Amino acid sequence: MKNDIILSGVGGQGILSIAAVIGFAAVEKNLFLKQSEVHGMSQRGGDVQSHLRLSDTPIASDLIPHGHADLIISVEPMEALRYLPWLSDQGWIITNSEPFINISNYPPADKIIEEIRKITNNIVIDADKIAKETGSARAGNIVVLGAASPYISIPYESLENGVRKLFGKKGEEIVEMNLRALKAGRDFTKKNSPK
Amino acid sequence: MRMKNQLLLGDEAIAQAAIDAGLSGMYAYPGTPSTEIMEYIQSSPAAAERKIHREWSSNEKTAMEAALGMSYAGKRAMVAMKHVGLNVAADSFINSAMTGINGGLIVVSADDPSMHSSQNEQDSRFYAKFAYLPCFEPSDQQEAYDMIFDAFELSEKYKVPVLFRITTRLAHSRAGVSLARESMPQKKMKLPADPVQFVLLPAIARKKYRSLLSTYETIRLDARISRFNSFKDNRHRDLGIIACGISYNYLMENLNEASVSYPVLKISAYPFPADLIKDITGRCKELLVLEEGYPIIEEGLRGILDNGIKIYGRMDGTIPRDGELNPSIVARALGMPVSPIKKVPDLVKMRPPSFCKGCGHSDTFLALTEALKKYGPGRVFSDIGCYTLGALPPYNAINSCVDMGASVTMAIGAADAGLFPSVAVIGDSTFTHSGMTGLLDAVNKNSSVTIIISDNSTTGMTGGQKSAATGKLEQICAGIGVSPDHIKVIVPLRKNHDENVEIMKKEFEYKGVSVIISSRECIQTAARRKKSEAARE
Repeated sequence: MKNDIILSGVGGQGILSIAAVIGFAAVEKNLFLKQSEVHGMSQRGGDVQSHLRLSDTPIASDLIPHGHADLIISVEPMEALRYLPWLSDQGWIITNSEPFINISNYPPADKIIEEIRKITNNIVIDADKIAKETGSARAGNIVVLGAASPYISIPYESLENGVRKLFGKKGEEIVEMNLRALKAGRDFTKKNSPK
Repeated sequence: MRMKNQLLLGDEAIAQAAIDAGLSGMYAYPGTPSTEIMEYIQSSPAAAERKIHREWSSNEKTAMEAALGMSYAGKRAMVAMKHVGLNVAADSFINSAMTGINGGLIVVSADDPSMHSSQNEQDSRFYAKFAYLPCFEPSDQQEAYDMIFDAFELSEKYKVPVLFRITTRLAHSRAGVSLARESMPQKKMKLPADPVQFVLLPAIARKKYRSLLSTYETIRLDARISRFNSFKDNRHRDLGIIACGISYNYLMENLNEASVSYPVLKISAYPFPADLIKDITGRCKELLVLEEGYPIIEEGLRGILDNGIKIYGRMDGTIPRDGELNPSIVARALGMPVSPIKKVPDLVKMRPPSFCKGCGHSDTFLALTEALKKYGPGRVFSDIGCYTLGALPPYNAINSCVDMGASVTMAIGAADAGLFPSVAVIGDSTFTHSGMTGLLDAVNKNSSVTIIISDNSTTGMTGGQKSAATGKLEQICAGIGVSPDHIKVIVPLRKNHDENVEIMKKEFEYKGVSVIISSRECIQTAARRKKSEAARE
C-alpha cells in the first residue's frame, strides 16, 4: 500500500490540520509516514502545500516525485491546479470549489472548475457551504478531508480518531462538529462518485 | 533499547535528541527553517523538569557565545540558527574551534536551498571546513536523532564544537522516529582543566591552532564519523554514486524502483571519508555526485585540472547548478524514465504572501510612501522581516533588504553620499538583533537619517516569538544618544494616517538622527494572546 498525497491551499486555510489528522490516523495504523511542508513565512495569504506520503513499507524521499501523487487534496480550487505536475495519470483531485480571492488577477472561478473537470478523476465540493450546514464555517478543511477519505488507504474510523485527537483539547462540541464535517464530506463523495 | 515511534519534524528530532542526551542549555535566534528546534525545547515538559536554559537570544552571535559559556562550565550546550545566522555568529563559531570546548557543544545550522524564505542558499558545510570542525549532515529524521548523541560524544572526546547541518526538507518534514528509552543525565559543572584554554592570546592561539589541525585529521578516522558514511558495492560498476545527506533519500526513492543498481557511497559526516571516495572512484568507470547545496565534494573531486574519471553533477549541468534537489531531478540524472508530467494551466496565477488584513506594517508603509512623495522614489532601506513584503505591489515602498540590520547602516552610507532624505525601515526584533550598533554609528557622526522602527512587538515572520525589544525601544534609542526630541512614537492606524504622515515629513527635514517608533502589536500575536487569555479565565 502506498498513498502519495499533495495537500494544498492558502496560508491560514487549515491544510496543516488535514495533515495532522491523517498523521494521527497513520500512526494509529502503524503506517510509515513522511510529511513535508513549506511553512516558512507565517504570513497569511500565500500559497501553501504539503507532501504527505503513507506506506506500509519504509519511505525514502520526503518529497513526492513528479507524476506520482495519487491524490491532490485542496482547500482552494486554483491551488489544486498549481500541483498538477505531481498528479499521476490515475490520480484524483479532491477540491473545495469555493475560491479564496486575495489577488487582483484571480481567474474566473468557472474557468478554474472547467480545468479541474478536465482531470478524469475529480471531486469538486462546496466545502464552505457544507461546513456551515454542519455547524461551523471554519471546518471546510475537514469537509474536504472527508470528501477525500474514500481514496485514502486508512480506515475511516482511524481518521475519526485523528479528528478526536487533534480537536480533543478544544472540547467535545468542537470534536463532534468536526466529525460531522468529516462525515458530510465523505457522504458527498459516496453520493456523487460511485468509484 | 528503543521506545515507540513518535512523529517528529527533523527540527523536533534534533531537539528531542539533545534533551535525551543531557542538554543543559539551548540557545537560538528564530530563523526559518531552524526555529522549531528551540520552540520544541521551550514547550517540552522534560526540558522544564530538567531546568534546561531555553530563552531566545538577541542574535545568533550572542546565542553562540552563551552556548560556548555553558560549555566552558562543563555542561552540554546546543545553539541553532538558520544558515545566514551562522554568518552573524561566524566570529565566535570560527574561534570556538580554536578555544575548543569543555562540555559538548553542537552548532545546528539549517540551510535553505531554493531560498524558500532566505536571501541566499549558502552551504554551511563550507563553514565546518573553514573552521576545521567536524560536520554531521543527517539524511533523515531518525538519523538526525541518533547523530546528536554521537555529535556530543565526538565533541567531548576531541574537545571541539560540532557543526550539525540540515536543510529545509529535513527540518520541516515529519516522520516516525524511535526514541531512546532513557534520557542521559545532565553533566555537573566542571571548569576546564587548563585555566587558559579559552584565552586566545596569540602565543596560546598558535599552539591551539596546530593542535586543531592535527585533531581534524584524527577525527576523520573516528568511528562516530565513519559509521555515518557507508559504501555499498554492486556489480554494475559503469556508474558509482556519491550521495550526501538528504540526497541519499532521493537516490533511494529512484533506486528502489530501478531494475539496475549501482555502487553507492552515502556521506553524512565530515571531514569526508577520503578512503571510501578513493575506493568507489577506483572501482567505477564514472561517478555521479549528489549534494544538496553547493558542489563541495564534486569540486574537490574535480580539482582544478578535472582530468580524472568522468564526473556528473552540478558543475557539468547534469544537475541544475542552483536550487534544491528532488527525486525527479535525481531520476533524470540517472537517466531513468520519467513519467509524463502534467502542465500547470496558464490561468493559475502567482499568490505571494501578503500583509495580513489590518497589519500595522502596511499602515506604516502607506504613511511613509505618502510622506516621501515629494522627494521621489529610491530612498528607503529596509531589512529582514514581514515588513520586507513592503517591496511588493501595491506598496513598492522599500529599496533594499540585504541582511539583519543593514537598513540602518546603508541609510547612513547613502546619506553620506548625499541622498536626502535617507530612510531606514527596520522591525523591532531586527533592530535589537543588529540595528543598535548601526544607530550608534549614526548618532556618533550625526547622520541625517530617519530610522523607522516598525514595532509589532514580536518576531513575526518566524511565527511570533518573543522580541528582545518589546517595551525597551524608546529607552534604547535615548541611551544610544538619539535626541529625545527626535524619538517619536506613532501608532500605525488608518485614523492616525494624516498625523503620522506629518510627523514623518517633519523628521525627514531634521538634519540629524531621528527615530520614529511605529508601534502596534502584530495582529496574529494579538489574536493568539487574546485566545490564551480567554482560555485561562
